[in-house]
Amino acid sequence: MLELIIIGLNHKTTPIEVREKLAFEESEMENALSQAHSLPSLKENMILSTCNRVEIYAISQNAEKGILDLKDFLSRFHDLPLINFEKSLYFLIGEEAVRHIFRVASSLDSMVVGEPQILGQIKAAYTLATESNTSGLILHRLLHRAFHVAKRVRSETRIGDSAVSISSVAVELAESIFGSLEQRSVLLIGAGEMCELAARHLVAGGAGKILVTNRTYERAVSLAKEFNGEAIPFDEMGQGLKKVDIVISATDAPQYLINHDQVVKVMKERKQSPIFFIDIADPRDIAPEVGDIENAYLYNIDDLQKVANENIKDREKEAQKAEAIVQDEVTKFVHWYQSLEITPTIIALRNKFEEIRKGELEKMLSLHPNFSEKERRSLEALTSAIVNKILHDPLTRLKQNDGEAMSDFYINTLRTLFQLPERTGGEIKEED
Amino acid sequence: MNIHFFKLASLFYLFGTLFYSAYILFLKDSLSKLATIIVTIGFVSHTLALLARYLEAGYTPVTNLYESFSFFAWMIIGILLIANFKYKIKVLGAFLTSIALIFMLFAFALPKEILPLAPVLRSFWHPFHVTFAFLGNAIFTLAFCCGVIYLIQEHQLKSKKMGAIAKRLPSLKVLDDLNYQSLKFGFPLLTLGIITGAVWAEYAWGRYWGWDPKETWSLITWFLYAAMLHQRLTVGWRGRKAAIMAIAGFFAVLFTFLGVNLILPGLHTYSNWKP
Repeated sequence: MLELIIIGLNHKTTPIEVREKLAFEESEMENALSQAHSLPSLKENMILSTCNRVEIYAISQNAEKGILDLKDFLSRFHDLPLINFEKSLYFLIGEEAVRHIFRVASSLDSMVVGEPQILGQIKAAYTLATESNTSGLILHRLLHRAFHVAKRVRSETRIGDSAVSISSVAVELAESIFGSLEQRSVLLIGAGEMCELAARHLVAGGAGKILVTNRTYERAVSLAKEFNGEAIPFDEMGQGLKKVDIVISATDAPQYLINHDQVVKVMKERKQSPIFFIDIADPRDIAPEVGDIENAYLYNIDDLQKVANENIKDREKEAQKAEAIVQDEVTKFVHWYQSLEITPTIIALRNKFEEIRKGELEKMLSLHPNFSEKERRSLEALTSAIVNKILHDPLTRLKQNDGEAMSDFYINTLRTLFQLPERTGGEIKEED
Repeated sequence: MNIHFFKLASLFYLFGTLFYSAYILFLKDSLSKLATIIVTIGFVSHTLALLARYLEAGYTPVTNLYESFSFFAWMIIGILLIANFKYKIKVLGAFLTSIALIFMLFAFALPKEILPLAPVLRSFWHPFHVTFAFLGNAIFTLAFCCGVIYLIQEHQLKSKKMGAIAKRLPSLKVLDDLNYQSLKFGFPLLTLGIITGAVWAEYAWGRYWGWDPKETWSLITWFLYAAMLHQRLTVGWRGRKAAIMAIAGFFAVLFTFLGVNLILPGLHTYSNWKP
């Protein structure tokens, strides 16, 4: 029987150094797919290779052989002895494999649970396999179900709703204050990497003008250039505070750069227009009392981290709901998959009996050429009736059992006992 | 007839409140859309109730406390529908619909018979006066809700709890903007309400202003909102202060509307209301 198999490694099982070596680059993907496809044990295959995981999804007639072949393929393709990475690999077969794909697509298996990129990556990997003609009926169905599951998880849980990184928390907070980041100006105090990174997130979120100030003016100028912004001298920082909506501070100053009274004064000059301070310096740049001032909001790095942690907890709760959805869909898929096998088995069994009947009848008729037409017809009817009678009970039982736990067992038994030919494709209707 | 439509409208507002609340709980957009449809149907039914009563009575049906509550609620729902359409702040629905529903329930408990109109209320100015006054009140109700939501959201931000509550509420800026918008529209309406009232008073009682409790309190309310507007424009009273002022203003509105009728006897105390 055809079996879904997965061989893979991910961020949990494998350090980045090994993952890098086993990742498939985009340029070599086509080649890899067709090489894997040429393995006789595999019917269909696709390869998912992201920075966090390398996985091969395949359909095989012989799961164990398929897995061995794939291990070997990975080692050969990347020219890396199996011993170097065998411990990192995981293998999944059948229902477990289906669950795994559904979980990966729904971002339940991601490093940051709920991150949205993975779905796009799987879609791309699947498209590539389709274009290379290495995926077939079963992967097609499976992947489309996986996309459907991911969509359900997105819409029925809030798994991807909250920010879980410090910079995305900062963006989210700014949106809670200002509605949108559009047209919001930002003052960067310090021209270091931290400031730059935070500013990039805000700009990506739509922020408008960027002002930069730094003790060394030249560095402020060069960073300002990168954002098409404006540098201001360090001792004119107060002027900057008057104009901007968001302040990001990340200097290595040993004492506070911005204190309570200064901000109170600035707020008057700003006509109380709200201002959001993000203090990512350690030690802090902005006196904590600034946060008590009306219309001024102050978050330091720990505050941001705390919000992010809360959101992560939230996601974990949502992830439990998502698991239930996955389970539901796995059951449905497995049911479909098993039903695949029954119809062809019934046909094969019927064909086999019919062949035997026809063969034996012909043999007998050729020995008795003097049988009349009427006698021949009677014999025909008799043998047909016997075959039908014999098949009636097992086939009824089989159809009734369709999709039940034992149907797999029955199908295998029938195929083995009657030496039925291997199933080819079969006609399956796509239902959604 | 008008009572049937009134009951139907109340029922729709009840379900609207439930669905808007369910939206806040589950954050499913479909719930808030459904709630808006339900409330819109309720509003249509309410409009029919007012029309029917107008036809049956032969005068603008804002002459006693029952009618006033109903009219106020109708205006609130109207403002909600406009605000929903313009600002898409979905949480507002739960707040405004529940206030309207409470007014409907108050109205429900009050005498509803159509009585011959007291001569003093028979005036060309009457419909204008009540429309301006209650439209202004309804807009101040919206500002009140924005103020309450603002204080909740601001508290979340200041205390650094950006959890389930904060996620459900709109940004401070949107709330503050809407507060200001309300002030810009509500204040002129209140002013017009007072002026038309004064003109009418001249016709009815022969004086523009007589320091009747209703007049006094509406003037107090007017000063409150005038101060709010002034402070915002000059020294930038926005955000928290503006939110608190909007809440205080709403209580002044409520007192002018209700307290005066119930506690302080005067010319606006309507004849058929006995607590």
